[in-house]
Formats: sequence, structure tokens, C-alpha cells
Amino acid sequence: MAITPDSSVPAALELRGVSKAFGAVVALTSANLRVDLNSIHALVGENGAGKSTLVKIVAGLYHRDAGDFLLRGESVDFSSTAESKAAGIAVIYQEPTLFPDLSVTENIFMGRQPTNRFGRIDRKAMKVEALRLFERLAVRIDPDRPAEGLSIADQQIIEIAKAISLDARVLIMDEPTAALSGVEVDRLFAVARSLRDEGRALVFISHRFDEVFSLCDTITVMRDGQYISTDPISEVTVDEIVRRMVGRDVTELFPKQEAAIGDVVLSVEGLTQPGVFTDISFTVRSGEIVGLAGLVGAGRSEVVRAVFGVDPYAAGRVIMSGTAVPKNSPSQAMRLGLALVPEDRRKQGLVLESSVARNATMAIRRSLSKLGLIDSHVENKAAAIWSSRLEVKTNALDAEVGTLSGGNQQKVVLAKWLATNPRLLIIDEPTRGIDVGTKAEVHRLLSQLAGEGMAILMISSELPEVLGVADRVLVMREGRLTAEISRTEATAESVMFAATHSQEHAA
Amino acid sequence: MTTSTRATAPAPLPGRPRGTNAVTETLGRFVRARETGILLALLIVILVTTIKNPTFLFSGDGWRDLLLTPSILVLVAIGQAVVIITRSVDLSVGSVLGLSAFLTGKVFVSFPGMPIIAVFLIGLIFGGVLGLVNGVLVAFARVPALVITLGTLYAYRGINVVWAGSGRINASDLPKEFLALGTGQFLSIPFLAIIALVVLIAAGWFMKNIRGGRELYAIGSDPSAANLYGLKVTRRIIFAFVFSGALAGLAGVLYAARYGTVDSQAGTGFELDAVGAAVIGGVAIVGGSGTVWGAAIGAILLLTINRALPILGVPDFWQQAVVGILIIGAIVLDRVLALRQSRRLIKERDASHV
Repeated sequence: MAITPDSSVPAALELRGVSKAFGAVVALTSANLRVDLNSIHALVGENGAGKSTLVKIVAGLYHRDAGDFLLRGESVDFSSTAESKAAGIAVIYQEPTLFPDLSVTENIFMGRQPTNRFGRIDRKAMKVEALRLFERLAVRIDPDRPAEGLSIADQQIIEIAKAISLDARVLIMDEPTAALSGVEVDRLFAVARSLRDEGRALVFISHRFDEVFSLCDTITVMRDGQYISTDPISEVTVDEIVRRMVGRDVTELFPKQEAAIGDVVLSVEGLTQPGVFTDISFTVRSGEIVGLAGLVGAGRSEVVRAVFGVDPYAAGRVIMSGTAVPKNSPSQAMRLGLALVPEDRRKQGLVLESSVARNATMAIRRSLSKLGLIDSHVENKAAAIWSSRLEVKTNALDAEVGTLSGGNQQKVVLAKWLATNPRLLIIDEPTRGIDVGTKAEVHRLLSQLAGEGMAILMISSELPEVLGVADRVLVMREGRLTAEISRTEATAESVMFAATHSQEHAA
Repeated sequence: MTTSTRATAPAPLPGRPRGTNAVTETLGRFVRARETGILLALLIVILVTTIKNPTFLFSGDGWRDLLLTPSILVLVAIGQAVVIITRSVDLSVGSVLGLSAFLTGKVFVSFPGMPIIAVFLIGLIFGGVLGLVNGVLVAFARVPALVITLGTLYAYRGINVVWAGSGRINASDLPKEFLALGTGQFLSIPFLAIIALVVLIAAGWFMKNIRGGRELYAIGSDPSAANLYGLKVTRRIIFAFVFSGALAGLAGVLYAARYGTVDSQAGTGFELDAVGAAVIGGVAIVGGSGTVWGAAIGAILLLTINRALPILGVPDFWQQAVVGILIIGAIVLDRVLALRQSRRLIKERDASHV
């Protein structure tokens, strides 16, 4: 099973010494990637390692500055996505872009619908073909329904169906599993394996090592826009890969410090919003990290948004250290010591065009201002406190937040909320889309904050994170709390069981 | 638990028997279609007004007016619908119509023997060229169409005013056969209505069955996805504006034939009626959905209501307000329907995942 590059057989896709710069920012210095047919090739690296840039070059969205780009041994040069597509390359993005108003079938065939002699679209043939594709992928999606409202998993399947109908020989999947549940991941992997067995080449980009190791046969590591290594997956371990990715030892992925658990800080009683969540009761104590697990769509974000006063609720109470938190008033909730770090930091947590300092002080502007004015010196000083403690990597505090990497953006959002000195920190998917090194930093930080007596409620879809960081795990399924599991009893199986209620789905 | 069983049941599965289903399916699609509601509203308006005053429908003039009055707006609304479907808007159509109408008069004044068909072609091409200017500006300057076409609305009208001054084209300047076209009929259907219907059928067929038409929907539904799909977005958007301009140009020729008199203000305000007609007819202002059929029915409803309100005893004063309510009502209805639809789709999805 040695997968040594055999130069006599041309690779399905090969990039050699590819570089790309955007103005002064160098995204790729020398990237290599060689993907064979009949193979699923993992491409891993921290955020900012240049994976996405590489994918966009292959997809024809960017043009490389230098280097070789070969397809089945022949040099190619794409100036548009259409050319890349015509050459047999398909890219499935984390969040597929479909036409929401058009039917599933039209989404698959847009721009190349089967037509009769007079140029009339043959709808019947098109639908038959769509059904045939879905049958082949062993999925059931109504070909006539509009794409709007489809789950991300189904949208990806449609992208894959499109790729197959184009007879793409190279499929690139850019973090396809980030928003999928366990069952959906299994289905996607089954499809990926069958595509591999048909003789296609797949590139799989992911931050989840369990998935990488169970699906892929070869792995390429990138760091800082450079090629690091390529190995058969059987010859490397997770620890080795992580070390190559971060360029240093990550001694422990989930450093957990023990903290003294104190009094109840937050108490939620019978929180109900019809159709969204039902009868949610739990407490969070000081010094405690409570993990809120469950599948995407189980209603976890909705519950914490209701607790914080962003979303409404019909019945129930939220009590913060004995004081009732009023409904629908985030500003009151903040005054009572709550802080919410939302899931979608780009949309809900940051003003991307503003500076790091301005973002970091956003939640405490009132206390910083004198006569309604803010001295930028004062602003910078306040921002510097948490930014330095969180090790935000930025050239200057007045850099635009939008230019920072995902992990550093997350740190700025954290800095913003920590500046309010909360007693309860609610954090929704703290490490989504963040590279391994920064993940560990975020985990260490959460643990440290708990050690200082802060109560933390953490939503996470990543089981290892929940199991590694939380003192207690609450599990939600379809709007209800289905389990409360202590740290010692929490296992991947017990949490997944409560999240799905059926053992076969336990990961 | 009834919801989950109900929700999974209608999901069509591969290999479902065909036959009687096809009929009920077509019928069901017709009943659910957004256009059906607007058609129903139109029929109700006609029915109620006719009950109040039977000559509204049952007289030579009544029947003729019902079909003739909206014909010109229908043409402009078809073009407008195609542009709105691509997530743009063409506010210059009223000015294009006015310029084309004036040009038509000038052509007849200068070349009295000009064949009528040639004048039609001149109007179409002239409108198309003005539309091309819009399209090129929108596609290449990457400025929202709202701003570009607001600019050309004034620019084209300005040219018209400079050209026409205080002069006007009178019916006496135009050939009799040309004027007869504007009011004449064939089998008691006005020529103008026949022209509008032919254009409507052709445009409707194109938008439904031809790749180019479907791509216009795709571009309006998600422009960035259209780029990723490798669609020729720029070319299609320019096409939509040329199409809209050409129809406005054609409408200008018909305007001259119908009214005989053309001054520098002909067609003022048409753009708003056209946008209103499209929106009332279920063309989503954010693009991607709706049909030219809906826009055409919307145009007929808009002008028919205008004629019906005086008969029903609604003071002049209120007529504009009624049109306004109609437009707002249509938008609110669309929004509600869209929300209901997306909720239903999400429910179906959840049900299928259990």
C-alpha cells in the first residue's frame, strides 16, 4: 500500500512551486500538491496556511503568479471558473452557492440543460437524469423542489451530483463537514468513497482529524503558504501532523485546569418558545464550564440567544445570581454580567471594517467615554489590555479586523466581551473554523477564565472539544434537553446517544 | 406526529406512476401558481364592475377598451419583468417610449411614404440601442441599475425635450393606415392586443424553455453563484436591458399609432406603472422569481382598476391610493408566501432527516 509518487503515471492534478501574492500580502510562497486518481487526498494546515488560495487557483478564480499547474500531465492555465470546470475540476465549498429560487434539477444542469433540436429545454430528460444521479449517490432529494431551505448537507450532495454529471475527474471539497451532523457526514463519506472507486481524484480539506484519518489515503500538510509534507496516511499519526501544521509541539489539545466550582451564577427555569425549544432548565456555577452539545439545528443557539435577551421566549425564567434577567433586553443582560460570543463572528460579533481597538472596546464604549467622546488613546489602552492577554496577532491595534485571520478575529470578539468583566460568558462554537494552534489557546483561555471564577456556557458541535473542556455536558435534541452528563461519565457515545436518541448514529 | 407523516408523504419519489397524476399535477401547479391569484383578482374586478355597469364588458367599446388600454403597458411590463428577474430595474423605459414615439412621428413627417413595418423596426432597434446603453453601463460600471437608469431616465427625456421643444406630432402628420393600426381590430380583438399577446407568448416561452431565459433567473437568484457556475453574466444582463429597451421602443411606435399626438412628455411615468405591474404580478423585486405572464396580468389589472374605480363610485382622488395599496399588498403577500414556503421547506427537510 505504499503510495510513492510514480512519475511514470501522470497525476490527476499536480501543482509545483505555485506562488500567489495579493499586493504586499503573500498567500502562497511555494505550494505543491500531487493528487492521483483513485485517491482521496487530505489537505491540512492552519487557517492562513494557504489552502483556500490554492483551491481558488485550481478552480480558476485566481491566477497563480508562478509555478506549474498540471492536469493529467499537461500544463494548464485557467482564466475563469468555466475553463476549470470544462477541464474536469469541481469544487464543493463549505457553503455551496446554489440558486435558491430554482429547482434542484435546474441547479444541477444550469447552463448546460439538455435541449431538443429547437433549443427547447427537455425538462423530462433533465429530471430523469437528476433522479439517476441521486439514485447513484443513494440519496433522496425531491428534484422538483426549490433549492431554498435545503440543508447544507443536501446542498453539497447537489454540488456533487453536478460534478458527476459534468464527469469531473478531480473533486475538491473545502471543509465540507463543518456544518454537518454525524449521519450526514457518514453519507457524504460513503459518496466520496464510491467516487474514489470510480477512478476519480478527491481532495478533502478539513480541520477534523478523525475524519481525515478515516476517509483519506494520502495527506499533504501546508504551513504559512508553503508545502511541508505528503505521506500515506497509514504512516503518520495525528500528533505528527499537528506538529507539522503548527511548526511546534502542541503538548495537549485540551488543556484543562481544575477550578473550584462555586455558587450558582445562572439559573434557567422552564424556558419555552413554541416550535423552537421546550422546557429548558439548567444552572451554571461559577468556575464551571458547561458544554451544550447536540446536532446542528437542535436549538442550542436559540436557547442561549433567548437567555441573553436577543430572541424572545414565551414562558420560563432566567435568573442571574438571584436577580431576574428581563426578556428581550441584551443591554440589561450585559449589565447583570452576561456576555454572549455569537457563532457567526463575522456577521454578529465584529464590525469588519473597523479597527481592532474599536472592536475590542465596542461593549464598553459607554464607560470609556467622557462627555460622550472617546479619546483614541484611552480606547487603545483599554483594547491593549485584553488584546495582549489573548495574544491577538496583529500589526497594530488600528488594523482593520477584516484583515485578521479567523482565529485572531475570534480573539478580538472574546476581548470585546471580556472587557465587560462578565460573570457568565456564553460562547457559541468558540473554535469553528479556527486552526489547531489557536484552538488550544482558546481552550486554555476558557479554562483559565473558569479558574478565576467565571461561569462559562459553551455551545460546541465538536465532541472532542465538549468532552475535553466541559465540567458538565448538557445535550439537546430537537428543542429539548435530553441529558446532563458529568465530566467523568461523558463519553463520545453517551453524548451522541443523547443527541440522536439512536445508537446507530453514535460516532 | 401527524405533521411528520404528512410532510414526508408528498415528497415525490423516483418511479412514481404517471398518467392521471400528470393532470392533477398540472392542475395543482396552476392553483398554487402566484399568477393564478392575480388573475383571479382581475376577474373579480371585471365581474364586480360589470355587475354595476354591464357596458363595462358587454359593449363594443367596453370590450375594446378592456383589451386595448393595457396593451402598451403590457409590452413595457414584459421588458421590465425580464430586467427585474435578473435583479436589476429599468427606470428609463418611460423616456425610451417617449423618444421612440416622437421619432416615429418625425420619420413619418420626413418620409411620408415610409412602410409601416419599417417604422416598427426602427422603433425596436432604436429602443434596443438605448437599452444597450443602460445595459453596458450597468454591467461594466458596476453601479446599481437603479442609479444608472434613473440617470438615463432624465438624460433620454432631456434629449426628447431639446429635440421636440414645444413642438408636437399631430395625428394629421401620420398616415391613416398607421393610425388605423392603433385603434383597429381583427375578429374584435384590437391589433395592439394581438401584438402584445404575441410578444408575451414568445417572451414567456423563452423565459421558461430556453437556456438563456433560465440563466436570467439564475443570475437574479444569486449573482455570485452565477459567476461560480461560469454563466455569461455580463452578456445576459446586457441582453435583458436591450430586450427591455426594444420593447419600450416598440411600445413607443404603438403609442404614436394609438394616440396620434406625441409631445416631449409622452410616456412620462410609464416606468413606475411597469415596475408596479411586474411587482403586482408576482415578479420578486429582488430577482430570481416571477414570470412575464404575471407582469402582463399585473399591467392589465393596474389599468383595469383605474377604469373600474370611477364606475364603482370611488372618487378620482382615491384611485392612486388604491394602486398604491395594491402594490404594497402584493409585496406583503409575496413576503408572507415566501416565508411560509421557506418554513414548509425546512419542515420537510427536518422530517426527511428523522
